[in-house]
Amino acid sequence: MTKNFLTEENFVKLHRVIDAHKDMQGPLMPILHEAQHIFGAIPIEVQKVISEKLNTPLAEIYGVVTFYSQFTLEPKGEFLIGICLGTACYVRGAQQIIDKICELTGVAVGKTSADGKFSIEATRCIGACGLAPVLTVNEDVYGRLTLNDIPGIVQKYKGAN
Amino acid sequence: MDFYRSHVLVCGGTGCVSSGAYTIEEMFNNALVAKGLDKEVKVVRTGCFGLCEAGPICIVYPEGSFYSRVEQKDVERIVDEHLLKGRIVKDLLYVDKAATVTDIQTSISDVTFYKKQKRVALANCGVINPEIIEEYIAFDGYQALGKALTEMTPVDVINEMKKSGLRGRGGGGFPTGLKWEFTSKSPGDIKYVACNADEGDPGAFMDRSVLEGDPHCIIEAMAIAAYAIGAEKGYVYIRAEYPIAVKRLGIAIAQANEMGLLGKDILGSGFNFEMEIRLGAGAFVCGEETALIASIEGERGMPRPKPPFPAQKGIFGKPTVINNVETYAVVPQIILKGADWFTSFGTEKSPGTKVFALGGKINNTGLVEIPMGTSLKEVIFDIGGGIPDGRKFKAVQTGGPSGGCLTEAHLDTPIDFDTLTALGSMMGSGGMIVVDDSNCMVDFARFFLDFTVDESCGKCVPCREGTKRMLEMLEKITSGNGTMQDLDKLEELAYAIKDSSLCGLGQTAPNPVLSTLKYFKDEYIAHVVDKKCPAGMCQDLLSIVIVDGCIGCTACKRVCPVDAISGEVKQNHVIDQAKCIKCGACIPKCPKKVIVKQ
Repeated sequence: MTKNFLTEENFVKLHRVIDAHKDMQGPLMPILHEAQHIFGAIPIEVQKVISEKLNTPLAEIYGVVTFYSQFTLEPKGEFLIGICLGTACYVRGAQQIIDKICELTGVAVGKTSADGKFSIEATRCIGACGLAPVLTVNEDVYGRLTLNDIPGIVQKYKGAN
Repeated sequence: MDFYRSHVLVCGGTGCVSSGAYTIEEMFNNALVAKGLDKEVKVVRTGCFGLCEAGPICIVYPEGSFYSRVEQKDVERIVDEHLLKGRIVKDLLYVDKAATVTDIQTSISDVTFYKKQKRVALANCGVINPEIIEEYIAFDGYQALGKALTEMTPVDVINEMKKSGLRGRGGGGFPTGLKWEFTSKSPGDIKYVACNADEGDPGAFMDRSVLEGDPHCIIEAMAIAAYAIGAEKGYVYIRAEYPIAVKRLGIAIAQANEMGLLGKDILGSGFNFEMEIRLGAGAFVCGEETALIASIEGERGMPRPKPPFPAQKGIFGKPTVINNVETYAVVPQIILKGADWFTSFGTEKSPGTKVFALGGKINNTGLVEIPMGTSLKEVIFDIGGGIPDGRKFKAVQTGGPSGGCLTEAHLDTPIDFDTLTALGSMMGSGGMIVVDDSNCMVDFARFFLDFTVDESCGKCVPCREGTKRMLEMLEKITSGNGTMQDLDKLEELAYAIKDSSLCGLGQTAPNPVLSTLKYFKDEYIAHVVDKKCPAGMCQDLLSIVIVDGCIGCTACKRVCPVDAISGEVKQNHVIDQAKCIKCGACIPKCPKKVIVKQ
C-alpha cells in the first residue's frame, strides 16, 4: 500500500471521535470501530493517540485490537473479497470457490495483492445461508454461486478502478 | 389515513436484499407511478419471510399471491397483469414442490412450507415495515409494555415469566423467569439488561431476521425486563457483520425515544429506560455472556469463571440480565396473552415455539418456526422439502459448532431441549444443517474443529491446546495417515476438553467429533484402515478412475495436463494413478460419465 492513510485530516477526525466518546462507560470498542472506519486500519500510531487520550496503557489497547478479527493493523486492499465459510456454504462447496478465487487473483487467503487491489478473506457466516455458497466484494453480495460464476466476478473488479 | 386497495410486500431481509430485493422494490414503485397506480397500491418493505431460498420474494395482498425469485423483467408483468387487470401471474408464483395437489398454490397460506409452522417470535417478520413504528403499534406493539407498567408489579411480571416456562433460546435453555428473579433479588441500585445479538453460530440467522424484521419487539421486551428487575439502561450487543439489523434497530430506538416509549417517565408510569447499541468486532466467543460483558466494557472478549453469574456481577460489575434475541422476541406476547397461552404450544419441559435456520443440502433453505416437540422428519422433509438433486439424507447437524450430528435413526425424535441433549447434540441457537451422502462426516467434524481452533480465545489451556491437537489428529485422518490409536486418543481428549474448559465454547467444542464418532464410526474406520473416503470428499484419499463403459473418444486424454491417461481411439482408456494429480479436469469431459472419483 503506497497510499498514505495516516493523514493529518484523519487524525483530526480521530481526536473528535475520542472526545465524543470519552465520558461514556466502556468507550474503547466504539472508538476502535470509528478509528477502523476512518483509517481503514488501526496501526500503532493510531493506538498511541487513543492510549494517551484515554489514559489507558498502549499494551491493553494493542491487546484489544489484535483480539477482534475485524480490527486490522494494516489496511486491506481496494476490493475485499470475503468468501463465506459458514457451515451452510461449506457444505455447498465454498472451499472450491475459495480455491478458484485464489487461483484467479494470485492472492492467498488472508493476504493482500502486491498492487493493493485485492484482499481475500474466509469470513464467518454472514447469515445469507439461503443463498449458499455466498461471497462478498466490499458491499456487493453474490449468492447461489457455481464455479463458472467466479471468473466473471473477478474480472469485473480487475477491470474496475 | 390513506386507503390502498392492494399492498405489495417486498422482503427486505438480508437474503433477499443480497439477491436484489431493493432494485425490485424501486422498480415496483417506478412502475406504479408510471401506470398511475401509486395512489391505489402501496409497496411495503418488510422483514424476512423465512423462505430465503425463493428470494427475492414479493407477496401481493389481499390475494396473498406468493411471487418467488422475482426478476427485474417480472415486475412490469406483475404490475400490468395483476395490479392493473387483476389477473394473477400464475407462472411467476412459487412452485410448491411438497404440495400433494397439482394445482398452483395461489395464496401464501396454502404453501406447505408455512402450513406446519407456528409463528410467534417471527409473528411480525414479513408482515410489517420494520422501519415504521406505527405499523408495529397497529399489530398490538407496545401494548404489553403498557400492560406491565400500568397493571402489573415487577413481581407479577417475573411470576408470569416463570409460569410461562420460557427457556433461553440462545443455547443454554436456562429458564428466563428465574434469571430475571435472581437479578431482581441481587443487591444494588444500578442494574442492567442486555440483549445478546452476537449470533455467531454458522448457519443460524434467526436473531438477525428478528432484528431486521421486527426490531421494536426487542425494545419492548427489554423495557419489560428492565421494569421487572429494576434497571434503567439496556445494551444490545450485536455483530458488526449484520449491518441491516444494526441500522434498523438504530432507527427503531430513535423512533421509540421520540414517541416517549423509551426515555424518562414512560407512559406516565415514572419508569425510565434508555437503550444503547454496542457492536461486536468479529469474535465468536463474545456470544458467551461473560465474554460479551468484557467486550462491552472495552476489553478483550474473554470469558471468566462463573460464579459470580451476571445476575450477581455483570456489566460494569452490576447485576445484569442477559437474554438472547429470540428469547426477548416472545416476551411481549407472553405478557399480553398470558403464560397459559404460551404453554399451550410445545412440550411440558420446553414450552412454546422455536425458530430453526434450515440450511445445507435441503430444498427450502430458510427460517422456520415450529412448536417444540415437532419431529425432525416433519421439519426436514415436510417443511424443508427434503434433499435436492435426488440425493440421500445422511445426517442433520444441530446446534452449530457446539452441537452434534443426528442420523436417519433419529428422524422421529420430537425436538426439544432435553431430547437433543440426550442424543449427544444440542438445541444451540437453532441452526440446522442437513448433509447428504456426498458429504464426508470426518471432514465435517474437521470443519467445525477448524472453526473452534480459530475462535478459541486462548485463555484456558484445554480449549486452546486441546482443540488444536484434535484438529491435527482429524487432519491426519482425512489425509490418510491416521491410525486406530488416533481414534481412541481423539475420544479421550474430547472428554478431557469437555470436562475442563472454562466456558461453553470449549465445553461443547468436541461435540461434533464425539457425535460423528458415535454415529459414523464406520466412516472414520474407512479413512484409517481402508484409506478411503466413502463420500468422495477427502482429496488425499481419492483416486480418479475410468469404470466400465469407456467408448475411447480420447476427450479425457486430450484434457489431462500430466498425460496420465493412456489408450487408443475406440479402446478402453486407463488412468495411471502414479501420474494422476487428481485435478478432476477429465471428469466433465467424458460424454459417457464413466470417469469417477472413488
